[in-house]
Amino acid sequence: MSMRNCLIAIAALVAMPLATLANAEPAPSAPHLGTPMSKDDVAKWDLTIFPDGRGLPPGRGTAREGQAIYSQKCATCHGDKGQGATAEDLVSGPKPPSGDDPSKAIGSYWPYATTIFDFIRHSMPPAAPGSLSSDQVYALTAYLLAANKIIGEGDEMNAQSLPKIKMPNRDGFIPIDAKK
Amino acid sequence: MSGALSDDDLTPVAGGGLLHRRLLLKRGLVLAAAAAAWPSTSRAQDAARSQPIDPADPPWIHKTGLPFTGYGTPSKYEKHVVRNIGGNRSPAGDGVSWTPLEDLEGIITPSGLHFERHHDGVPDIDPAQHRLVIHGRVRQPLMFTVENLLRYPMRSQFLFIECGGNSNAGWHEEPIQRPVGAFHGLVSCSEWTGVPLSILLNEAGVDASASWVIAEGGDAGLLNVSLPLSKLMDDAMIALYQNGERVRPENGYPMRLVVPGWEGITNVKWLRRLELADEPAMTRNETAKYTELLPSGKARMFTFIMHAKSLITSPSPGQTMHGPNVYEIRGLAWSGRGRIAKVEVSADGGASWAEAHLQEPVMPYCFTRFRMPWAWNGKPAVLKSRATDETGYVQPERDVLVKERGRNGYFHYNAIVSWAVDEDGEIRHVYA
Repeated sequence: MSMRNCLIAIAALVAMPLATLANAEPAPSAPHLGTPMSKDDVAKWDLTIFPDGRGLPPGRGTAREGQAIYSQKCATCHGDKGQGATAEDLVSGPKPPSGDDPSKAIGSYWPYATTIFDFIRHSMPPAAPGSLSSDQVYALTAYLLAANKIIGEGDEMNAQSLPKIKMPNRDGFIPIDAKK
Repeated sequence: MSGALSDDDLTPVAGGGLLHRRLLLKRGLVLAAAAAAWPSTSRAQDAARSQPIDPADPPWIHKTGLPFTGYGTPSKYEKHVVRNIGGNRSPAGDGVSWTPLEDLEGIITPSGLHFERHHDGVPDIDPAQHRLVIHGRVRQPLMFTVENLLRYPMRSQFLFIECGGNSNAGWHEEPIQRPVGAFHGLVSCSEWTGVPLSILLNEAGVDASASWVIAEGGDAGLLNVSLPLSKLMDDAMIALYQNGERVRPENGYPMRLVVPGWEGITNVKWLRRLELADEPAMTRNETAKYTELLPSGKARMFTFIMHAKSLITSPSPGQTMHGPNVYEIRGLAWSGRGRIAKVEVSADGGASWAEAHLQEPVMPYCFTRFRMPWAWNGKPAVLKSRATDETGYVQPERDVLVKERGRNGYFHYNAIVSWAVDEDGEIRHVYA
């Protein structure tokens, strides 16, 4: 045990009676075996992207650049124009869903543009997730936003511009078992 | 109590011939059960192979049996009891397999029959290389090895896990005709053992500004989902064992998050990262998926709790009744809000109901097995079951649920299920 871990363990033992007093049921004692991580250690793991853009990496791309990547990596499963094939449809147009037109494609349903980047970056394409560069993911995100008529063909998506996109269905959700 | 049946015993307590549940306490009482009418190929082949023998003097009592085995498997005569692998779309890693609920008894799902929902296949994770990281709004980010976690205090709990999309064929306009497991079998129940998550979160030191946790799995594609911190502190665990043995690969080996009563997607398999945050990340899994579009055009979001549901597993579609007799109606009930308080059964399409026997143990967030004696007179009948949980929540009729939610929600279908029995003893799924 390192000196640091040892000190943490001692501090925990000292603090335990106080914790016991504070709670009706004492918390189970724990061996404190977690290894402390530095900021640099954490940075390698931290892939979360929040709706306000926190976590977006450097990089850039436009719909024009994204079209070629889409044709090569995505069209087989999602259709040549995002209309859906063996995998779901991605393109609907910029209109919230309704009872008559219950589309859940990106333009009608997805509340945040950052979600598109996040999902493509770590999950797509399924045969090689994590293989796309940040520029490629920005370009594909731009392509899908433009195909849904939310941005223009030449609009550049990057860490600053992407979180500013207001999706048509941003206010289309009712939280049930938790508040945002 | 004697095993003999009295006239009183056979006096129905509700329409269609339902008998009092006390009948199940009679020693020696033998009730018939419906039998499978759609034998699988393997079962048919097994039957064809069988040569008639004298059951009083079968050959296996005259020779040494099979040798010891390091890990036992079911009888070769039970080969037909398998998960039903759903029509996977391209790519092959994205799909489901269903628990064959109609072939199982009691409340525990064998680990090898636990339903699967994978978004990009089952990762082959070396536990020595796997890490769990807790970071974000904590005093000290921490990394744990599997070996470390095995040394922590543990807790066991019997819990169902149900996919948010289970039973979604119930939204279809026409009732689907499938065995009950291939319709409702994206739910299974196991004893899960692991480290209460609160211990690890307290070790990292939760910042007062943290209210959400982003959980990430270590599969291809790094499945992620956001969960309220309060629930995870309350009763979530890092499960390392399932039904006494280490969690199976398809259920999250070497560790999964288990969140009692909450929809399957929140029980992140192959868990590798928990980030404490001040808001949800709005991942695909809590926005584009696992939300339910209502007729108004708005969609329900963060619908974590799996509400009470019950099903009659026998008799059920694919099984056949063997003529008028006294049968045992058997089924399962569960609720993501706690214990099952009551299951009522109807044999006349809901015109009258009688309370079923709940088999002990009855535990929160766990399957409860219910049983009901039924004197079937050979005439057409419609069987239903209706669960009520300890919070007073009552499983809704289908028309009520569809009126409230419309038919485009896809997830969280928990309406009362109806099986129609015809004069030939065939059973069909109906909307009634």
